[in-house]
Amino acid sequence: MPNMSLEKVKMPEQEPNVRNKNFEEVTYGYTSEQAVEEATRCLNCRHQPCKQGCPVGVPIPEFIQEVCQGNFEEAYQIITQENALPAICGRVCPQENQCEGKCVRAIKGESVGIGRLERFVADYHRENSESTAPAIEKNGKKVAVIGSGPAGITCAGELAKKGYEVTVFEALHKVGGVLVYGIPEFRLPKDLVAQEVQTIKDMGVKFETNVVVGRSMTIDELLEEGYEGIFIGSGAGLPRFQNIPGENLNGVYAANEFLTRVNLMKGYEFPTYATPVDVSKNVCVIGAGNVAMDAARTAKRLGAENVYIVYRRGEEEIPAREEEVHHAKEEGIIFKLLTNPTRILGEDGWVSAMECVEMELGEPDESGRRRPVVKADSEFVIETGTVIVSIGQSPNPLIRQTTPGLDTQSWGGIIVDEETMKTSKDAVYAGGDVVTGAATVILAMGAGKTAAKAIDEKLSQK
Amino acid sequence: MYQIVKKEVLNDVVELMEVHAPHVARKCEAGQFIILRVGEDGERIPLTIADYDREKETITIIYQIVGYSTQVLASLKEGDEITDFVGPLGEPTVLHQHERVVGVAGGVGSAPLYPQLRALAQKGVKVDVIIGGREAQYVLWADKFKEFCENVYIATDDGSLGQKGWVTTVLQQLIDEGQTIDEVIAIGPVPMMKAVVGVTKPHNIKTSVSLNPIMIDGTGMCGCCRVTVDGKIKFACVDGPDFDGLVVDFDELIARQKMFKRQESHVCNLTGVKR
Repeated sequence: MPNMSLEKVKMPEQEPNVRNKNFEEVTYGYTSEQAVEEATRCLNCRHQPCKQGCPVGVPIPEFIQEVCQGNFEEAYQIITQENALPAICGRVCPQENQCEGKCVRAIKGESVGIGRLERFVADYHRENSESTAPAIEKNGKKVAVIGSGPAGITCAGELAKKGYEVTVFEALHKVGGVLVYGIPEFRLPKDLVAQEVQTIKDMGVKFETNVVVGRSMTIDELLEEGYEGIFIGSGAGLPRFQNIPGENLNGVYAANEFLTRVNLMKGYEFPTYATPVDVSKNVCVIGAGNVAMDAARTAKRLGAENVYIVYRRGEEEIPAREEEVHHAKEEGIIFKLLTNPTRILGEDGWVSAMECVEMELGEPDESGRRRPVVKADSEFVIETGTVIVSIGQSPNPLIRQTTPGLDTQSWGGIIVDEETMKTSKDAVYAGGDVVTGAATVILAMGAGKTAAKAIDEKLSQK
Repeated sequence: MYQIVKKEVLNDVVELMEVHAPHVARKCEAGQFIILRVGEDGERIPLTIADYDREKETITIIYQIVGYSTQVLASLKEGDEITDFVGPLGEPTVLHQHERVVGVAGGVGSAPLYPQLRALAQKGVKVDVIIGGREAQYVLWADKFKEFCENVYIATDDGSLGQKGWVTTVLQQLIDEGQTIDEVIAIGPVPMMKAVVGVTKPHNIKTSVSLNPIMIDGTGMCGCCRVTVDGKIKFACVDGPDFDGLVVDFDELIARQKMFKRQESHVCNLTGVKR
C-alpha cells in the first residue's frame, strides 16, 4: 500500500538564522528511514511520466522501487546507468519543471521527492560503498573535451565507458566548471564535486587544467594532434551588464566575479586564502535567476545586513528554482520585485546607492512572460555599497574567434544539429551553455550525453 | 606544476623568473600575458610575458614585489615549482609597419615592452625607447634595449641615471625637437601611461597602452578587468591588454585598482609585507 501523504517527507536542514552565517550545506539529506518513507509515496504508475521529464532519462520508478525495498546500492546502480553525477543532480536540478513536474502525485498534493531520493541514493553510495574502478577495454581512439563543467564531464564519462581515450582540457586551475566556480558550497559542497569527478577519472578520463583552448591551442591543432572527435562544452562565461551609468564603480561586481572570488578562490576564508572579497551593509543583486539567488545568499553569509533581489518582473516570472527562492526568503533576503535599476550612483569612485523605477506587467512578450513596463513617476533610491549584476551570461568568444568553419549564432552560441550536437565543422560537437546560452546543469549533461552517443556512432563506423 | 628554471634578482623590489610552461611557450606572442598561482590557497595573478623560448619551452616573467602574493612568489627558488601557470592570455600586440616608434617604459613596464619593440625592430621599424625609474637601480633592461634600439633615453626622479625627471619630460623634448613619431607604446604604472597620453594627445600621436586591471580568470569570465575605452566597456583580458591610449578612461582604471586596497593592506599587516 503506497504512502498517501500529500506532502513530501521533510528534509532536515539548518535553521535559516544559523545557516545564513555559515557556508555549510543548507540541507542534510534524508536518513534511510525517511528515504524509504518518501519512496513509498511513488505509485509506480504505468505511464512513468517522470521519466519523460528527465533530460538524461534516469529510470526513476525503477530506482525508487529499489529504495522502497531498502536496496540503496541497487538503486545507485540503476541511476548511474544513465546519470554519472547523481549527487550533483539531486541537489541542483530544477526538478519542479522536470521529473517532479510530471509526477501524477503532483495533481493532488506534492510530487514524489525524486530529487531528494536521488541525492539520498548518491550520498548513501558515497558513504557506504567502496567504489571500484570499472575494467574498460580501450579502443585506442582519442577524443578531446573542452571544458570540465557538467556537459564536458558527462560527455567524457560516457565516452570513457565505451573505451575511448578521453582528455578534458580545462582553462581554470580546478576541474568542475560552474560546479566549482559558480554554485556555492552551501548548495553544492565542493568535496562532493571532487568525488564525482574522481569517479570519472577512475574510468580513465585524463584532465589537463590550465589549458585555454582558443589561446593555448586551437581546435584545429587538436585535430592535427590526432583527436578524432572533439566536444566543446566551454559554457556561457561572459557576463552581461545592463549598460546603465555607474556599472564600473568600485563595489559593482558581475555575479561571476563575486561567486568566483567566493567559491573557486575561497574568498570567504580570506586571508587564509589570498583572494579578497567584500560586501557592504546593504547589497543589491540585480536579477532573479539561480545565479542571483546564489549571489544574494552568499552576500548574506559574508555579513551583509540587508540583501535585496532587484527584479524587473513579478513573483511568478522568477526564473530560479523554487527551493532556492524559498531558502533565500527564509534566510532573510528581501525581494524587490517589479523594480528595475536605472542608474548606480557613486561617491569617490565607490557605489553609494542605486536608483530604480517601479514596473508593472503588460502584455506577454516573445518569451511568453508578461512584459514589464515602467510606472510613471516611480523613481526611488536604495542605499547600497555593493551591487551584484546577475542578468545572464553569453558564451565565451575565444573558441569561435579561433576556429574557422565553426558556425555560431549572432549572440555567440555555437550552432549544432540538435539530434547529434554536431557543429558545422567536421568531427566537432558542442553542447551545454555554449550552445543554448545560460541554462541548467542537467540540460548541459543531457547535451553531453547526446554528443557522446553521436561521437561513438561516428567513430565506431571508421 | 611548472618548474622555475632560472631566477634573477634585478633590484631590491624586482625579480625575474624563467618558467617551464610548454603550452604557453609554444603559442605566445608579444603583448600577451599569463596568470599564475602559488599554492592551493594562492591568488591568481596576471603578469605580462617578458620573453619566451620556444625550444626550451620557457616563459620569462618579471614582477615587482608589491604585496602578499608577489611576496609568496618571490619566496620560491630556482628548481621550485609554481602551482598553476596558464596562458598565453589576451590578444597579441598588433605590430604596425611604421617608420618610427618610441617605446616608453616605467619600472617593470620594461618587461612587456621589450618583446614588442624587438618584434618591431625585426620588422625593420626604427625604434627608440625611454626608460624611467625612481632611481638608477629601478631602470630595467637598458642594455637589452640597446641591442636593437637606435636611442635609449633614461629618466630618473632623482637624476641618479640619465636625465633628471620623468619619461614624459624626455618624450616632450623629442616632440618639441620636431621628431617624427608614428606611434608611442607606453607600458608602466597607470598614472605614467595617463601622463604619456597627456603629452601625445595634443599632437594626435597614436599611443598604445597595455592595461593591467585586477583580474581573476583572465579568459573573459569574471568581468573584473573591465575598462572603459572610447565610452564602451571592454574586458582587458580578452579584448586587450593593449588599447588605444588616447581613448582609455584612466581615472576609472586608477580607481578600480583600489577596489581591494583595504583588505590587501590588512593581509600585508598580518604578514609584514610592505606596500
